[in-house]
Amino acid sequence: MSPKTLYDKIWDAHVAHEAEDGTCLLYIDRHLVHEVTSPQAFEGLRMAGRKVHAPEKTIAVPDHNVPTTAGRENPDQMPEESRIQVAALDTNAKEFGIHYYPVTDIRQGIVHIVGPEQGWTLPGMTVVCGDSHTATHGAFGSLAHGIGTSEVEHVLATQTLIQKKSKNMKVEITGQLSPGVTAKDIVLTIIGETGTGGGTGYVIEYCGEAIRNLSMEGRMTICNMAIEGGARAGLIAPDETTFAYVKGRPHAPKGAQWEAAVNWWKTLYSDDDAHWDKVLTIRGEEIAPTVTWGTSPEDALPITATVPAPEDFTGGKIEAARRSLDYMGLTPGMKLTDIEIDTVFIGSCTNGRIEDLRAAAEILKGKKVKDGMRAMVVPGSGLVRAQAEEEGLADIFKEAGFEWRLAGCSMCLAMNPDQLSEGERCASTSNRNFEGRQGFKGRTHLVSPAMAAAAALTGKLTDVREL
Amino acid sequence: MNKFETFTGIAAPMPLVNIDTDMIIPKQFLKTIKRSGLGVHAFDEMRYDRQGNEVADFVLNKPQYRETSILVAGDNFGCGSSREHAPWALADFGIKVVVSTSFADIFFNNCFKNGMLPIVLPQEQVDLLMADAEKGENARMTVDLEAQEITTSDGEVVKFEVDAFRKHCLLNGLDDIGLTLEKSDSIAAFETQAAQARPWV
Repeated sequence: MSPKTLYDKIWDAHVAHEAEDGTCLLYIDRHLVHEVTSPQAFEGLRMAGRKVHAPEKTIAVPDHNVPTTAGRENPDQMPEESRIQVAALDTNAKEFGIHYYPVTDIRQGIVHIVGPEQGWTLPGMTVVCGDSHTATHGAFGSLAHGIGTSEVEHVLATQTLIQKKSKNMKVEITGQLSPGVTAKDIVLTIIGETGTGGGTGYVIEYCGEAIRNLSMEGRMTICNMAIEGGARAGLIAPDETTFAYVKGRPHAPKGAQWEAAVNWWKTLYSDDDAHWDKVLTIRGEEIAPTVTWGTSPEDALPITATVPAPEDFTGGKIEAARRSLDYMGLTPGMKLTDIEIDTVFIGSCTNGRIEDLRAAAEILKGKKVKDGMRAMVVPGSGLVRAQAEEEGLADIFKEAGFEWRLAGCSMCLAMNPDQLSEGERCASTSNRNFEGRQGFKGRTHLVSPAMAAAAALTGKLTDVREL
Repeated sequence: MNKFETFTGIAAPMPLVNIDTDMIIPKQFLKTIKRSGLGVHAFDEMRYDRQGNEVADFVLNKPQYRETSILVAGDNFGCGSSREHAPWALADFGIKVVVSTSFADIFFNNCFKNGMLPIVLPQEQVDLLMADAEKGENARMTVDLEAQEITTSDGEVVKFEVDAFRKHCLLNGLDDIGLTLEKSDSIAAFETQAAQARPWV
């Protein structure tokens, strides 16, 4: 048998039909659904008189629109349009008989945090959702990617996707990380190297000692941002860390099925002599705490660097950099550590898990945020929130001057009331620093949770290693 | 879905690289539960000021580009969010074709589902079309999907590649779901086999 990559193996195990030109029907094991990209898909089913093909494999949770403030069970807290979207998801979940976690359920949260937490996401699966950050689930060695609403409807109706295979790319992070360097810094550094289009047409497998040493939370952070490098999906081969995380989760296999599953999962790795279409290797020791200066995730630099000038780039990036600097209100040559911050946001499907909150709390313990700083923590799920309260993290955040919110996507994409105002500058643990992403003319610097906490204390982008 | 037919239309230049789907349709317009009516909000934050007045120097606001049906864009067009509201907004505006050196994967897929044709061309040909688009409303290009050709206002012909299956679906206005349901037997057979191989799924 010819050697295969991890991606090849998962792909081969899910092809339900292959046409002569290589167009495949890929079978989907888990379909996650949220309120923003699904209403038109359910409406399409209804108009065609179709059913959901596999409701038992379909899981819905409202996350993008929901308020994160107390009393949100009362729908009046939401603007009318948001209320209609969430109500539509309520109705569709009931009518089509799919699994559902409403805001009143403690298990509600960001769809990409809820899936793994409940054991819906397992190694070797295919997972899709009408959300680009579905890549997150690749951390389990499952082939996971975002789809558009037409494809949501296609999966609902057929449990398959029409796909052609992507190419294989390997990103290896060798050696050890330095203190203060986290998964977020790794992935920002990778995107800084490849650019936001560098992964287009590929599925990326992240490997190497520094990746192996990451927890599941850290691995999810890395895979979450595979899409920011343009890749269809990110993958990390499952190992004992993965199995330990999955074991005992509500929807994980049990007993004899658990043994059978683990036996198969242990075959899910790239063969030594597998073919790679592209390879990138980065030394873990060379990665520093990393921040973005511009309006694309590829605008990532070590915190010790200075703001670049448009002339430092070539081609179309020169004009893009000029536009970014103008939008961000930054001057070339200034130190990144001189950039003053108004707001800190800790949360999102990138960095809203328990380990992220622990890392931030570690920096904040016994300290206060800078006067005038607006700081908020939005746990990724109700269960993350409850655990953080039990561990005393919530008290640390509150005593430091952070708002302690309810779970949701919140200021990562600012569809709910958590938004930046014009010119407001935010150190954010989210995944996109696009123009207007966190609010009209708001300015976003992407950072790790520890770096976000450090910025909250000093009021500037700060090298967490110097605190 | 409507059939994709040969047409002649105005091409607008958008040379900025990495135009993301947040730029194409900002989040406040994702709260709709419909597919239609988003054209007026396409490129909202570039196209209008805070009071809702048009920004005069934004390309689609210029008199000669108001009827644009072809965008000639910088690298990596449509990156970021998977929101299909982006192609919905473009289609509702009247865009039928986007030309670039590269597209983000999800946006690229989403276009085909909405009867739009994204065309990937090498840099020098995108440059040629960009220069043609800069001419304004006299720059009427013709896009012929059957022949896989774009003809510029000067009569220059640029050939392009397109996936054969997707071309077939666009030309015939075919519904993906209907096509897939014709293969229900294959799907059922796969489910039977997978249930034995991986009963825990």
